[in-house]
Amino acid sequence: MTERMIGAPVPRTEDARLVTGRGHYLDDLGAGAYEVAFVRSPHAHARITSIDVEAALDTEGLVAVYLYEDLTGKVAEPLPLLIPHPALTHGRTAYPLAKDVVRHVGEAIVMVVATDRYRAEDACERITVEYEFLPPVVGIDKAAGGEHLVHADVPGNVAAHMVQEVGDAPAAIAAAPNRLELQLDIERSACMPMEGRGVLARWDEADASMRVYTSTQTSTGVRAAVAAKLELPLDRVEVITPDVGGGFGVKIVHPWPEEVLVPWAARLLGHEVKWTEDRREHFVSSAHERGQLQTVRVGFDDEGRVLGLDVEILHDNGAYTPYGIIVPIITSTQLLGPYKPGAYRVDFRSLYTNTVIVTPYRGAGRPQGVFAMERTMDAIADHLGRDRADVRAANFIQPHEMPYDHGLLFQDGRPLIYDSGDFPASLDKLKKLVGWDDFEVFRAQARAEGRRVGIGIGCYVEGTGVGPYEGGHVQVETSGKVNVATGLTSQGQGHQTAFAQVVADELGVPFEDVSVTTGDTRRFGYAVGTFASRAAVMSGNAIALAARKVREKALRIAGEALGADPGDLEIVDGVVRVKDDHSSAIPLGTVAVLSNPLRYAFDDASKAATQFGGNADPSRPPVAEDDEPGLEGRDFYSPPRATFANGMHAAIVETDPETAEIRVLRYCVIHDCGHLLNPLIVEGQVHGGVAQGVAGALYERMEYDENGQLLNASFMDFLMPYASEVPSVEIDHLETPSPLNPLGIKGAGEAGVIPGAAVLASAIEDAEGFPITRMPIQPSELFHLRRRHAAGEIPPLRRVRTAPEEFPTA
Amino acid sequence: MTDTAPPPTTTGAQEEELHPIRLRVNGVLRTAEVPARRLLSDCLRHDLGLTGTHVGCEHGVCGACTVQVDGRPMRSCLMFAVSAQDHEITTVEGLERPDGTLHAVQRAFRECHGLQCGFCTPGFLNVIAAFLEENPKPSEEEARDAVAGNLCRCTGYQNIVKAVLRAAELRLEEQVDEDAPVEVDEVAR
Repeated sequence: MTERMIGAPVPRTEDARLVTGRGHYLDDLGAGAYEVAFVRSPHAHARITSIDVEAALDTEGLVAVYLYEDLTGKVAEPLPLLIPHPALTHGRTAYPLAKDVVRHVGEAIVMVVATDRYRAEDACERITVEYEFLPPVVGIDKAAGGEHLVHADVPGNVAAHMVQEVGDAPAAIAAAPNRLELQLDIERSACMPMEGRGVLARWDEADASMRVYTSTQTSTGVRAAVAAKLELPLDRVEVITPDVGGGFGVKIVHPWPEEVLVPWAARLLGHEVKWTEDRREHFVSSAHERGQLQTVRVGFDDEGRVLGLDVEILHDNGAYTPYGIIVPIITSTQLLGPYKPGAYRVDFRSLYTNTVIVTPYRGAGRPQGVFAMERTMDAIADHLGRDRADVRAANFIQPHEMPYDHGLLFQDGRPLIYDSGDFPASLDKLKKLVGWDDFEVFRAQARAEGRRVGIGIGCYVEGTGVGPYEGGHVQVETSGKVNVATGLTSQGQGHQTAFAQVVADELGVPFEDVSVTTGDTRRFGYAVGTFASRAAVMSGNAIALAARKVREKALRIAGEALGADPGDLEIVDGVVRVKDDHSSAIPLGTVAVLSNPLRYAFDDASKAATQFGGNADPSRPPVAEDDEPGLEGRDFYSPPRATFANGMHAAIVETDPETAEIRVLRYCVIHDCGHLLNPLIVEGQVHGGVAQGVAGALYERMEYDENGQLLNASFMDFLMPYASEVPSVEIDHLETPSPLNPLGIKGAGEAGVIPGAAVLASAIEDAEGFPITRMPIQPSELFHLRRRHAAGEIPPLRRVRTAPEEFPTA
Repeated sequence: MTDTAPPPTTTGAQEEELHPIRLRVNGVLRTAEVPARRLLSDCLRHDLGLTGTHVGCEHGVCGACTVQVDGRPMRSCLMFAVSAQDHEITTVEGLERPDGTLHAVQRAFRECHGLQCGFCTPGFLNVIAAFLEENPKPSEEEARDAVAGNLCRCTGYQNIVKAVLRAAELRLEEQVDEDAPVEVDEVAR
């Protein structure tokens, strides 16, 4: 009997090539291709007055230099606005090469093609661009002030203004027995995959076709964009995603300017052309996320139940809005977490600044939303003198209330309806795991040793597996080997393993016989992409459905061959057999032979399918009218709406009384993503997410100066954590299946990162005894907050005032 | 537009001087002609076709490009190819044995799910392989310290630290296995 693969911690198929250096990432391809470097703007906001390339022209190895004026056809038009929205009244996108005005440091102005990257950079250095400076708009305050404009035709720098309301929140707050207002601030970070972006294009003149390799999260998206921009028929463009060295969101944006320019130049030059992003380019010309200012007004009863919640968000979207307003929409809807506020109003303005664009980074607006909500929960608990976990529990949506309709519209344009989840059970598990109820004993012990510790908690709900669809194709070869394809791409999530597990179980074949291809438009042309924790849910289910079709066909054909009712057959280890009589059996490979009537035999197996080889009924056509040759199947999964995963994290921190150094002593995670396809992979996703959550809370920020210069645009200065900074992560799972899809699964990719800033703010606040309202927080900032607190500028928490002996004196 | 055709031929001006170099890479003598400024990482990847060594930052911070130079971990983006002359270089392609048996650290990474996207992995593997030669039985803290100079964005390092410890176990088991037949022979004699 085949062991069940779904749910097993199967080691990954991918690793065999990746641990031996046999993977192929973008820059590993295209030996001999011309290479591209860009002259990028050193100024945040300026008008280009002249570009002089003369001095570059005799650079050894130079092939071509392109300015905006050289671009032709649709390549000269602004890049597409990928996700239009009625509230995005002033959407603006960049040109592939700057036209007249640059709006952030790093915007591409000149494209240089040379025989290698060294020489391309030599030429870039010899090109002189002159500028007339325009006033830079940096920071949300400056943007909201509207004194200077990022785009001359966008008044007040407001790209979008959106309000969603359920009930009358201001009235509910006014009538509530208790009221609070919080001002919160969360700064920018970025995806920062270890491999930057990169594109390789090969034009085949004889075939009039374009092949593009790109380090993307959506090969079908890039294909459609390249076809449109280069005005090629879709069937003349193929896009292949090689191994991708991490994405975390930044590679879902498409087409990046380089994804248009590189194929365009490859066609023009009749030669392979490649661009590989370097680290500085990634800092200043890809994308960032997170930056928001939030004002929260809340009214609540004496149990801490929220009666009305009114949130205003100022969101920094950077210089352009190619990805629309997905991030602030997610913040404003997912802010609600596992709670049901009596009335809710959320108002966001998405603002232009002269900085790098803002597009989804793992979590995609949720970390900010959860920060707002969880800071509010802590503030309510403190105000009432109640346990922070109890206040959360008082606001939970209960299991019997599922599915729960919030009455809002989610990022997919569908109603925000939670499908399942058991929040009280999650909280119980978390409290046990971290030892919530015993923490005061630990605090007292630590205090006796002169140590300062605190505990924090954060809860979230995450809409995963958003539509519109993904597809899967499953094909059994005559050898019995199974080829599986899905269109979305992989950046380290182990899809080749997880999807093979699904097919092994659904079809009844050995796991080792299944090979999976992702992100290759030659193999599967219909797909959306890998984002929003959707790959397992979308492609996993599509592939399961496709495998079921293949199984059905295999049973039918085998039934005819064995003279048995398909209902009496089963497929085990790649062999179709009669359930009660295992001697009556036929291998799937032979079924594949029978499924494809042949005229020509090319090997022993195929002889049986030729016209004189079998004993087919001569009165019927070899392929029935409603049938197709081949043992293969294709199907799609398109959900009515997202499925909502959830989780709760707790952390214990220690803050040094002298140096204000912050150490995470424990980090505990309860995670519910429904059934687990592969626990090894799911836990790996949680680990990586938590590390990014801790990073965003304690280390990483984009340090822009007032002129729009990114001061820390290198790994030397941007503090991405090493193993020495990331705490051990303790995980426990709850498995509340989704009723929405055949496999009962929910997405897991982003979960770990979401409550990081909220949990650590909660824990640091608990250690310090005064409110923490701004993240990330580094020791120097905590040190200054302590001074302000000591000077009376920051009032203590209420619980410090009521039990001062339990907290440190500042 | 300013195409300068025909493209790749030399213009005569500013031609870069090329230096012949000899390196022993993964036990094989390799030669190349490189400009003085060519980084060892680029030479390995683009001149010698060993693309398993990856470049993550080109300023020596991330460690993805770590190779072993005479058995010691070295960031190949901080070394010129010409200064690798006559040195013994080991890249990720050279970690497995000639018969295809994976190095203990390669097996441990797979077993412990110590990699996700795999881009930083070759650097970690080289660091750990060299580390275990010096410290065959590390504690968890020593294991964590050993990898604390390399960046990974996917794993949160949890399973990388586990993999260091597991690799140490596998490595010792291997040595016992390799010693075993010898001991048997001795007994037989």
